Amino acid sequence: MESQLKSVGKRVPKVDAREKVTGRAIYIHDLKLPGMLYGKILYSKYPHARILNIDTSKAEKLPGVRAVITGFNTPEIRIGFMKDQPVLKKDKVRQYRDEVAAVAAIDPDIAEEALDLIKVDYEPLPGLFDPEEAVKEDAILIHEYDAKGKPLKNNILKLPWRLIAGDVEQAKKESDFIVEDSFRVTWVTHCCMGTSGCIALFDLDNNLTIYSITQIPFLAQNDFNAALKAMGLKGKNTRVINTVIGGGFGSKLDTHVYEYIAILLAYRTRKPVKILFTREEEFFAQPPRQPAIIKISQGCKKDGNLTFREVDMLLDNGAYTSWGATTPSVMMVPISSLYKVPNIKYTARSVYTNNIYAQAMRGYGNPQATFAVESSMDILAEAAGIDPMEFRLINVNLPGEITPQNFKVTTCGLKECIESVGEGLNWKDAKKNKKKKRGVGMSSLIHVGGGARVYKSDGHGMIMKVDDFGKISVITGAVEIGQGSETVISQVAAEVLGVFPEDIQIIKGDTSICPWDVGTHASRQAFVSCNAAIMVANKIKKEILDIAGKYFNVDPENLDIKNRVIYLKDEPENSEKQMPLDKLLRRAHFSKHGTMIMAETFYDPPNEMLNQEFKGNLSCTYAYGTTGVEVEVDTETGHVEIKKYFAAHDVGRALNPMLLEGQIYGAAVMGTGYALTEQLILKQGKVMNDNFLDYKILTAKDKIPIVPILVETIDELGPLGAKGIGEPACVPTAPAIANAIHDAIGVRIKDLPITPEKILKALKEKEKKG
Amino acid sequence: MKKVISFKLNGEDVEAEVEPHWSLLHLLRETFELTGAKEGCGKGECGACTVIVDGKAINSCLFPVMEVEGCEVTTIEGLATLNGNLHPIQESFVANGAVQCGFCTPGMIMSAKALLDENKNPSEDDIRTAIAGNLCRCTGYVQIIEAIKKASERREP
Ligand code: FES
Ligand code: FES
Repeated sequence: MESQLKSVGKRVPKVDAREKVTGRAIYIHDLKLPGMLYGKILYSKYPHARILNIDTSKAEKLPGVRAVITGFNTPEIRIGFMKDQPVLKKDKVRQYRDEVAAVAAIDPDIAEEALDLIKVDYEPLPGLFDPEEAVKEDAILIHEYDAKGKPLKNNILKLPWRLIAGDVEQAKKESDFIVEDSFRVTWVTHCCMGTSGCIALFDLDNNLTIYSITQIPFLAQNDFNAALKAMGLKGKNTRVINTVIGGGFGSKLDTHVYEYIAILLAYRTRKPVKILFTREEEFFAQPPRQPAIIKISQGCKKDGNLTFREVDMLLDNGAYTSWGATTPSVMMVPISSLYKVPNIKYTARSVYTNNIYAQAMRGYGNPQATFAVESSMDILAEAAGIDPMEFRLINVNLPGEITPQNFKVTTCGLKECIESVGEGLNWKDAKKNKKKKRGVGMSSLIHVGGGARVYKSDGHGMIMKVDDFGKISVITGAVEIGQGSETVISQVAAEVLGVFPEDIQIIKGDTSICPWDVGTHASRQAFVSCNAAIMVANKIKKEILDIAGKYFNVDPENLDIKNRVIYLKDEPENSEKQMPLDKLLRRAHFSKHGTMIMAETFYDPPNEMLNQEFKGNLSCTYAYGTTGVEVEVDTETGHVEIKKYFAAHDVGRALNPMLLEGQIYGAAVMGTGYALTEQLILKQGKVMNDNFLDYKILTAKDKIPIVPILVETIDELGPLGAKGIGEPACVPTAPAIANAIHDAIGVRIKDLPITPEKILKALKEKEKKG
Repeated sequence: MKKVISFKLNGEDVEAEVEPHWSLLHLLRETFELTGAKEGCGKGECGACTVIVDGKAINSCLFPVMEVEGCEVTTIEGLATLNGNLHPIQESFVANGAVQCGFCTPGMIMSAKALLDENKNPSEDDIRTAIAGNLCRCTGYVQIIEAIKKASERREP
């Protein structure tokens, strides 16, 4: 098969690249509709306060203002995973970014000016900013009632996470070495280069159209339809149309408050209303990745075999829930199943605070959990006197294994990943002939590789239709956020149909046209949409060959398509029995009982929902990988330089190595930011660094010599063997770097990011201790 | 108070009525409807709005519109020919996977063009310096740098 692949496995350029390099791609920023108004949002002045009164009279009188809305003059819409957030707040504000009013005006400046004219009276309340304070029984309540109006007793989310496998207490007794540590991770934010925005408009029948950048158009349709119902428009429908999206990384897995505000303003004014975030808003009003305090204990035998892993986590949820409140479900993946550990105990609590509310970000909790697990792996290896790489190999996951969370490991290239990274780093030599201030470290990862059943359906719908010219339209619910799903769909469809990727046109981004897809998340899009593409392309191919068989009077089994030509398999050179695909299609179409060729499919991978014990085969295959780095630490300045960076990934099959490497490079750099430079600084709930000067993502000046290593295990269920790659590469970076820093200078930093200040402080403490 | 300015935009002489407090980015996007240059921050921190003014790559979000008078401005829309022939840098971005979400791309390409116009044979460090002000969240810069390097090699006689 390998040598026969024509499109798959090639470095095919992204299908949307030409539009993007010429500046022709239309992002939400670029879209204007006739008569469009501009919406702006007024945010809270306090992190926690009672709203006494909102006076909008002056703002309403400002020329050019078309509507001013508050929670008092609009129907209540509740959103979020636990429906704990009203779109416009009227009783209390619970975080600085709480939306208290909004304006629609004929231009953005007038809207902005009108915001200044709105007067809100608050009665400030004491705030809770420390999750460890917020969990206490006597803590003040951030939410007095749940979504159903039932009184709440404390700030702990009613989402208890508890995974037990085996017997951790017994395993502790039987362990020769046990380590216990506490780690902290803080807020980081997606920093999509395209800020958030949408345009909402209603038709005469009160159906909603929303131009959106969501990663989950069909779940968004569901959410917005619920909002319409709350607005008294029961039975009305939403059409979600995606513009080109300026980056996702998990920031668009929820529907967001600003979108509902645009909807309310559009309904009030009967005009299209656009809301577009400024960069400051993107920093302070766009939910970041959750912070967590992670206690972890692990044990092993003298021979290095892991005996147990116990993790307890406290997550700062912030003021409201998003889907991100479910990230502990994915944190369980590495906690239960990274390396062979027979006994597992994992508990997690999420707590309301008056901080900015959080959501998922690339890895969906996995980077936080893996930071703790893989840092602890090194600490335990040291305690047991075993080389950290050796230690990982002793416990490596292998095909055929069933993990304590009941994951069925099918293909698994983790061993190869560890070994190839070790080779790249010259691990043994680096350890034996240790250079001063230099160190090596590694970390592995496991992630869902074939989607994940976090929603009732993990499915993907696809329609394919062939025209009279041999061109193929693929109508898909997949959302392209830059990763290249459209390109690999084209490659795979072309492969099956014996045509070229440029013959395929992707039709997407419209819930009224495209079949359902659960969303671009869980690194699933290539896996599910390419599987769907193979299924539906095979249907199309069968129809075409059946018609051709009749025409040539041969068994269709004996026919195939190559380079847009139908030919006889036995006699590929026989031009009598060949016909260009387009010619046959026209013949089929314009004959007496003419036919059009089209097909559809709905592919739902055989993934299981976790049961009440949080066990089950969440994904039908798992992605593995190992990152290894060599660092040099300047002990005068605390600066960390990454000298070598190897990222080995079990990708199943590289459908398009160029795009795949792009995912690895991008995620590796994002992961390095998580490790070393990025943090949203909050002071009493207020984001203090809402700009790129103070929130430091890496730039082209930060040289990281990333070497991707693609390990192909050809997964049976993957499309031509492929697994997911969107998130994995950012997961192991931070612990690999932390481990390397420890190797270099003997200090272990347990809270991210590992800033020069923390390194210098740790060095000083180490010196003091002698 | 509106003022009239005239300058050269993508090779054509143009005139525009502007408010003196506008930025060049505002003029390009709102008056000329050239939306290739993006606003990623509006404060000179991200480079998404980069265009070339008199041979220099600048952040058009900070560039006062009145200073454009008499200048030569090139935007991403001025690079490809109308019938779709891409500029070698654009070609190279496409061929080398330098584009993901694409929001940073027009700015990146303009910074790269200003560099290559001045330095036909830049080192990797020259390239890194030239695009240091262009943030990209998707690519980790690797394939962008490679694309610029390859474009420069291609343009060597
Ligand atoms: S928009 Fe001009 S630098 Fe960011
Ligand atoms: S390609 Fe997305 S920001 Fe650069």
